[in-house]
Amino acid sequence: MRYIRPLSMEDAVGQLAGSPGTAAILAGGSDLLVRMKGGFIEPDLIVDIKAIDGLGEIRETAEGFSIGAAVSCALMGESAALNREWPGVVEAAKLIGSKQVQGRCTIVGNLCNASPAADSVPALVAAGARALIVGPGGRRTVAVEAVPTGPGKTSLAKGEIIEAILLDRRAPRSGDAYLRFIPRTEMDIAVVSAGVNLTLDEHGVVKSARVALGAVAPTVLLVEEAAEALIGRKLDEAALERLGKVCSGACRPIDDKRGTVEFRRKVAGVLARRAATTAYARAGGK
Amino acid sequence: MAAIAVSTTINGDNVEYLCQPDETLLDVLRDRLGLTGAKEGCGTGDCGACSIILDDRLVCSCLVLGAETEGRRVETIEGMAHGDRLHPLQQKFLEHAALQCGVCTPGFLIAAKDLLAKNPDPTEEEIRFGLAGNLCRCTGYDKIVRAVQDAASVMKGA
Repeated sequence: MRYIRPLSMEDAVGQLAGSPGTAAILAGGSDLLVRMKGGFIEPDLIVDIKAIDGLGEIRETAEGFSIGAAVSCALMGESAALNREWPGVVEAAKLIGSKQVQGRCTIVGNLCNASPAADSVPALVAAGARALIVGPGGRRTVAVEAVPTGPGKTSLAKGEIIEAILLDRRAPRSGDAYLRFIPRTEMDIAVVSAGVNLTLDEHGVVKSARVALGAVAPTVLLVEEAAEALIGRKLDEAALERLGKVCSGACRPIDDKRGTVEFRRKVAGVLARRAATTAYARAGGK
Repeated sequence: MAAIAVSTTINGDNVEYLCQPDETLLDVLRDRLGLTGAKEGCGTGDCGACSIILDDRLVCSCLVLGAETEGRRVETIEGMAHGDRLHPLQQKFLEHAALQCGVCTPGFLIAAKDLLAKNPDPTEEEIRFGLAGNLCRCTGYDKIVRAVQDAASVMKGA
């Protein structure tokens, strides 16, 4: 096993692409080190990306925000601008693990770990976030929902690294929210989760919406029909009713020790309604 | 595997060590440097017994590689007291009997120190959430929370 700490993306990509064996990217390590300890993986090469310039920063750009791959969720929680513009994304990131884990874990790691129950991913999908990917073939940008392809699997090719997550600048009267159900009060894995992102017109009518559900399918679901249930309406009881029904119907959950299929379906609808209500209020809707 | 030479700062001292690429910081502290205050409870970041502060961030040293601390700043429980003078948190843990077997205690003290550094006047709820990454299987948490509250009021007065 080799450990390297490259100083540039080009070097990191080159080392990853040129590695003959298995290679792992290390940012926060809160998934990687646990898997190594458990004997699930034994990488030949560990590429620590934290010394690469800019990867530890949250940047405000003309287009919005660029959150570097080595930015800890704790740092996201401390960013006043990010909290103001994307409170749903931040509240999802802050739910990952304990204070100790928060100091290390990253949203890019959460995305690439590709757990169906990842907390930050439904919020990012609802937010319309994009992943900036650097690889041997150059740079490309994809919607975050295109990254995980199934539990533990991603669409990233050999040598590719997600450099940053990109979030758009907010239109006026926008709000997002994320909620999850866990049987404890904190520090647990989502049994069901929902992220909702809304933009309203000046009369409080929903102009655009994105609704995402977590832990109810092999990957996070972007539920377009749920967005359609909200667009063109105020968030009245009828709209919420329809949203809940559509979300329950969109679930393709498994039965496991943390929840039954029936429970997950029902709770998905409830959480989507509550998250929509919070997002609506954050957007200034009444 | 070739050993990696690391130069870092631990509790204010410059420290150099060699470690293997897959060796955790916790193992380096305990087995190579003789700093056995941080404990291995779970080894997977769930129990907080190995808590340390790395560049002003509370982390589990079992989830950090020894090789990662090059040029960084590590604070462990061994740096908490000044000679024979205990840190107020240590003193209050003693006075409130906030420990039994003691395995979780270094982690709780480090986590509480980090909490009070960022929030000198926490509510009980903030303390309980702030210390939720540390597990104790002996005392329950009430005595720990009371010790932290008491230490916070002492430290504010200081």
